[in-house]
Amino acid sequence: MNSLPEPVADRGGPAQPLLIARDLRKYFPLGGGARVHAVDGVSFSIAKGETLGIVGESGCGKSTLARLLMQLMPRDAGELILDGDPVGGPHGISVAAMRRQVQMVFQDSASSLNPRLPVQDSVAFGPRVHGRSRSAALEVARAALRQVHLDPALIGPRYPHELSGGQKQRVNIARALAIGPRMVVLDEAVSALDKSVQAQVLNLLVQLRRDLDLTYMFISHDLAVVRHISHRVLVMYLGQVMEVGPVAQVFAAPRHPYTRALLASRPSMDPARRTETLAISGDPPNPVDLPPGCRFAPRCPHAEAVCTAANPALAGGADHLAACLIQVPGSGHSQAPGLEAAA
Amino acid sequence: MGTVLRRLLLALPIAFGVSVVCFALVYIAPGDPLQTIVPPDATQATIDAVKHAYGLDKPLVVQYLIWLWRVLHGNLGTSISTTRPVALEVMLALGNTMRLVALAMPAALIVGYAMGVAAARFPGGWIDRAVTGIAVVGVSLPNYWVGVVLVILCAVQWSLLPATGMGSGHAALLSWESLRFMILPSISLALIPMGIIARSTRACVLDLASHDFVLTLRAKGMSESTVTRHVLRNALPQVIAIVGLQFGYLMGGSILVETVFSWPGSGFLLGRAIQNRDVPLLQGTVLVLAMIFVATNLLVDLLQVRLDPRLRRG
Amino acid sequence: MAEGMSIAPAALPAAPGARRRRNTYWGEVGGKLIRQPGAMLGAAMLAVIVLAAIFAPWIAPFDPNKGSILMRLKPFFFRGHLLGADELGRDMLSRLIWGGRISLAMGVVPVLIAMLIGGALGLTAGFGGKLANTLIMRVMDVFYAFPSVLLAVAIAGAMGGGLIDGMIALTLVFIPPMCRVAESATAQVRNLDFIEAARATGAGGFSIVRHHVIGNVLGPVTVYASSLISVSVLLSAGLSFLGLGVQPPTADWGLMLSTLVPSIYVVPWVCALPGAAIFLTSIAFGLLSSGLRAAMDMRGA
Repeated sequence: MNSLPEPVADRGGPAQPLLIARDLRKYFPLGGGARVHAVDGVSFSIAKGETLGIVGESGCGKSTLARLLMQLMPRDAGELILDGDPVGGPHGISVAAMRRQVQMVFQDSASSLNPRLPVQDSVAFGPRVHGRSRSAALEVARAALRQVHLDPALIGPRYPHELSGGQKQRVNIARALAIGPRMVVLDEAVSALDKSVQAQVLNLLVQLRRDLDLTYMFISHDLAVVRHISHRVLVMYLGQVMEVGPVAQVFAAPRHPYTRALLASRPSMDPARRTETLAISGDPPNPVDLPPGCRFAPRCPHAEAVCTAANPALAGGADHLAACLIQVPGSGHSQAPGLEAAA
Repeated sequence: MGTVLRRLLLALPIAFGVSVVCFALVYIAPGDPLQTIVPPDATQATIDAVKHAYGLDKPLVVQYLIWLWRVLHGNLGTSISTTRPVALEVMLALGNTMRLVALAMPAALIVGYAMGVAAARFPGGWIDRAVTGIAVVGVSLPNYWVGVVLVILCAVQWSLLPATGMGSGHAALLSWESLRFMILPSISLALIPMGIIARSTRACVLDLASHDFVLTLRAKGMSESTVTRHVLRNALPQVIAIVGLQFGYLMGGSILVETVFSWPGSGFLLGRAIQNRDVPLLQGTVLVLAMIFVATNLLVDLLQVRLDPRLRRG
Repeated sequence: MAEGMSIAPAALPAAPGARRRRNTYWGEVGGKLIRQPGAMLGAAMLAVIVLAAIFAPWIAPFDPNKGSILMRLKPFFFRGHLLGADELGRDMLSRLIWGGRISLAMGVVPVLIAMLIGGALGLTAGFGGKLANTLIMRVMDVFYAFPSVLLAVAIAGAMGGGLIDGMIALTLVFIPPMCRVAESATAQVRNLDFIEAARATGAGGFSIVRHHVIGNVLGPVTVYASSLISVSVLLSAGLSFLGLGVQPPTADWGLMLSTLVPSIYVVPWVCALPGAAIFLTSIAFGLLSSGLRAAMDMRGA
């Protein structure tokens, strides 16, 4: 056995999702009563051992969502349920107990390590906080560093500025592992790395998930990376979920025009496969003054009058849902199937 | 106009805080505050009258308000050592200090600014090295010692100028008879601010000269003197900020320099207050000097806003 | 992992690494400091001054407090008195050596205490939320509104003006700038990701400050404190000069200067000596401080 802390034991069995988020909301007040709708009613669940990818343009609320999950900022509304236990609230488990089970890896590997501490101390900080002695915490840190394929004797005593970007990000992963979590939130964890290093770290993550029975929430703006690592993918736009489904289905047959546009906007290596679908033009609307109805309508090539009337809910097949009126029979959108088709 | 008002409002709490600190001076003095503010040979009647007038039997907040009320009416209490009103003593002394400052400040500004600009014009040249060297040494130079050395050189060794005092006081303000007494104290006061102004001006001009707009001016074929004029105008707000700070330094420095030269200004007055354990005199002088400093900072702030359009939005 | 256990003995070689790391950051700074001629000049001057003060009883050629009427105000090299004798016939060199004790203590101690108090206040203001910040920083603003000499003289003067009063006054003068530096350094660190990462591990505010903030604030605070000592030496001697420090006959540079000033017509340059000692000490600290600043600048905060 390694000397990493034992994760908290499974309680609900494999059928119970590890994490359920219900209607999470976070608004940032601006001056004069205006608010930024950073996360606006996001719901999803993550099964045990699964990797849920979260994609979207920058500013769509991905990172705010991660911080809400980690309780790094208070949520304005919504519910988080970890393996059957609500987080926070009178009957739920404490934030501390939740952090014992869910850890996070930050995007900027440079600023997410204390420049004044040798990296092994940064890794050992978590176990120290959770009550281990200095030497025991250091032992855990070394085990965690080995776990991410870094030589603790060689790398441990070094300072962050003495490491490469890939090594720093491995240290960040080791820091998350040192607590013995069941789930890791990866916020743009490989985005700042070179492509070759990115692949190594991604493979490491996949291996760690298998070896340690981890569950991932993988946030990235990079579709190819998300496709590579995720089981399911959730597409966000302006604080809301546009589409969610198994990664193969979403990438092969996207149901939301936004997902289609997002997929079309990425460069293809194969000229024959370059689609004629209109890539998204323009910038996302200012999240302060949101258009009524579907948030994507102002940029959507299929937008019709009905789209600006009401905000569509997630709808569609069993596990592949999209928040678009085209998916809703009888919604009044010209491309929506008729009611009889649904019957 | 809104900016001006806002800066004024921001200065108010500072002025309030400064008044509280000055008020507290009587209370940090050892012993009973009553004994601190009445002369040792006061009669019981005087003591009772003072006790009543200052509200010393009332809570501290009330005492402060009574004190503030008196101060706002120009009553700074009575000096223990001279039994004259503190306000009168301070005003007389302040006039003398301002005479020194009026000589030292422009001298420091003009010479320091010129040195700074000259140093920036030829970076690495001998003026530049001298300015940098003076700045390094200057901040470690005790101005009171500079005063002593100047007296030794100019008064003792060469007998050029008088060592101390301000002369008969009957001579006209700008006559040699009164000016010659002011030269040494002014130099002692001005030397360090001059070094700092020179160093800051140099840094500021060098920084501005590296900006793109200077390059543009040169590219448009402007003459070197036009370019210099543009740079200097842009450096002005920062120089004014430094001058404001140095004004405060001059007032602080005057305490020690005036003592060396027995120049009867506000600093000398403070020295006398300390020697005679005259806390009311100390308190009044400190209050007036601190308030002048607060007002100067406000003025500098407003001037900067006036000269630098970027600050107007803030 | 089985390999984890088998490598465990290999953790032993990490021990020297663990020792190495203790010295690494400050060791690096020290290494850069040594390569700076200005800083080394300052350090050498300081070494002479400090060692002389410490070993004063063995070094000083005469008793600093014993004078004779016959020896009053003598010039340099007068009968074995290398630097002459003062207004009470006491040996100047001996008094300068002894005077370093009080002058150095009065210059250095207030800065160190202010560094502790101001640093703690700055950390609290920078990390303790908006209310703590407003409360602490607005009070500091008020003390900032006084020219430092004026504030020191006002407080020391009101308190009565002994050595301890002078040191308290100087400490109060240095707390606000110290607090400002610590606060802005803390505010810079506060927004870095590793603080959030530490919070995500479940650490409390106090533990984060202790392990992750202080280490990053210490650098700028130390540099600033070292530059303040240079100022403090001047200011404390100024207080003594005004009679707000030790009382006669104790040897102290500021006090010596003020008692010798009336004698400048007799032995002018002997009278200027205490001021030269103040100047040299201040400049030695200044050189060392700017060297330290440069050495720590190499790699950001």
